[in-house]
Amino acid sequence: MILDIIIDGLIKGSVYALLAIGFSLVLGVARIINIAHTALYMTAAYLIYVGTKMMGLPAPVAMVASIVLTVILGLLIYNFFIRPIQEHEAAVLIATIAVAMMIQEVFLMIFGGHYLGVNPLIDGYATILGVKVTYQHLLALGLALVVLLATRLFLQKTRLGLAIRSTAQDREVANLMGMNVTRVAMGTMAVSVGMAAVTGAIVVPLVTVEPTMWMHPLIMMLAIVVLGGLGSIEGSFVGAFILGFAESMVVFLVPMGSFLKDSVALSIMILVLLIRPEGLFGVSFEEER
Amino acid sequence: MGLLGVYFRRTVGILRTEVLVLPSRVAVLVFIVALMALPIFTQDYYFLRVLILTSIFAIFAASWDLLSGFTGQMNFGHALFFGVAAYVTALLNLKLGLPPYFSIPLGAVGGVLTGLVVGIPCLRLKGSYLALTTLAFPIILTGIVFAIPEVTGGELGLAGLSRLTGSRVMDYYLTSGLMLILGFTMWKITDSKTGIILHAIREDELAVRTAGVNTTRYKLLAFCMSGFFAGVAGGLYAHFMRLAGPSGLEVGLSFQVIIWAVFGGMVTIYGPIAGVFILYPLMEILRVVLDQFPSLPEIRMFIFAALVLLTLLFMPEGLIPWVRDKIETECPRCKVRNVFSRHRCRICDAALD
Repeated sequence: MILDIIIDGLIKGSVYALLAIGFSLVLGVARIINIAHTALYMTAAYLIYVGTKMMGLPAPVAMVASIVLTVILGLLIYNFFIRPIQEHEAAVLIATIAVAMMIQEVFLMIFGGHYLGVNPLIDGYATILGVKVTYQHLLALGLALVVLLATRLFLQKTRLGLAIRSTAQDREVANLMGMNVTRVAMGTMAVSVGMAAVTGAIVVPLVTVEPTMWMHPLIMMLAIVVLGGLGSIEGSFVGAFILGFAESMVVFLVPMGSFLKDSVALSIMILVLLIRPEGLFGVSFEEER
Repeated sequence: MGLLGVYFRRTVGILRTEVLVLPSRVAVLVFIVALMALPIFTQDYYFLRVLILTSIFAIFAASWDLLSGFTGQMNFGHALFFGVAAYVTALLNLKLGLPPYFSIPLGAVGGVLTGLVVGIPCLRLKGSYLALTTLAFPIILTGIVFAIPEVTGGELGLAGLSRLTGSRVMDYYLTSGLMLILGFTMWKITDSKTGIILHAIREDELAVRTAGVNTTRYKLLAFCMSGFFAGVAGGLYAHFMRLAGPSGLEVGLSFQVIIWAVFGGMVTIYGPIAGVFILYPLMEILRVVLDQFPSLPEIRMFIFAALVLLTLLFMPEGLIPWVRDKIETECPRCKVRNVFSRHRCRICDAALD
């Protein structure tokens, strides 16, 4: 039981961390609340389903192809629907909601509301301390941690990472220092969508693929980002694991847990906000006193 | 007779000098008259049902605008007020047997209390934080609703409420009349002294506090007022559909109200109402039209989303402000609005460009 909770919590936590970090990058740099973020995660999952089940591609090829295609789609959406109305905050908000709905409806049109599944990359299971853990779960966990580490290195060590961090800190000063803020925002969008797509690719064998699968991760992701502090990468990371573990503990321990998992996770978020209104690792933005 | 004549002449005078001079006011007048006169021409059951729901959602969208548009307290979980009021109304009606004219106001009081409960923890939050936190409340409540099916009816909700009124036409007059009255009330609130303070809080809260205004009290007031109006909408919905269920708390409904309001034009009150009156019947028409082509896949919501997206690309301020700015110009000297075709201001005779 305890090990179940730990494994499940780790996987949920790392998946949420990947989504939340991608989301908070865009929020920090471009000040966009991108509701369509998890819809793009769903897109990657569906593309992998198409690649492996319908076209018979080997799984790794399908994964890479789906990630690339999702990133291209994300950049197109940003360029055509979000950038032209960037100054109007409310308009951007419902533009991303509308994009998410469109993506959902497209998949509903093509595939119907059926629950679809993708075969695991590797079969079989290991027995750790008397608990069966499938290799696919371990692989997902490993991949998620690798991607998280890679993101960390990318943000800390590369020039684009530096540009992203500085633009997130202060857009105007970054602009004055000669950075092309628009291009940085574009790059951030690509990285963010890429992370969403990678998350989709990692978890697709573990979840059912259906047109509303983006809703639950979206809510958890938003809660995590608020809990950790908007625009803070460390905050998103820590918040993701807090809520991931909370969710799996509620599911395993509380009767009627699957109904209450969202409620408990979001109540934790609100309790933390009551004590620390800026979140765990909150960064206060200069112009938003 | 003489007195009546005086009143008649005064009304005509106001009509001529205040209403007929501006196309937007004429449009509002035509809208009200058309809404009131409609059952004379058709009493089609389905048609009236669509318009009743449109009126209910128009109240709901305008109440969102009061809180999020005017006060700037971006609320992503507005369905909470709607859903709570619907449940309160349903419980009062089913358990205590209260008739609609008691249960709906009490349900709205439930909305006000919800506004307080949500408003107090949210007072210290701003902008995106507030938006994302408010999203959480209806989801938490949905979980609780599912966990205690004995009280709330679980997934199926509470069914079998008493009817709003006896007949469909009466239902129609009740909801559309309430919509006009409440919409006008909200518009007057935003125009009053309180409304100016709310507006100022949105622009710069710190400055308002520096001016000696207790912004906390006004923000809570905004939450409560918005909760009240949304609560009336929720209660009406529960009695009209004779059902209060978890669908009233869905994230989808919260997003829907934002789409209606921003599409119509935020910070206007009449914008969201117009947004609902355009989008909701349009979706019903689409449903009827698309039913003629059963071979097509379900593309209604896709068309809806695409339409909203395209409108925003060309009119990021929303549809109604865009139209208003096309047909009217503001006098540069006295700030009075004029028809676009005039060359000189109708009040101060300044040249318009």
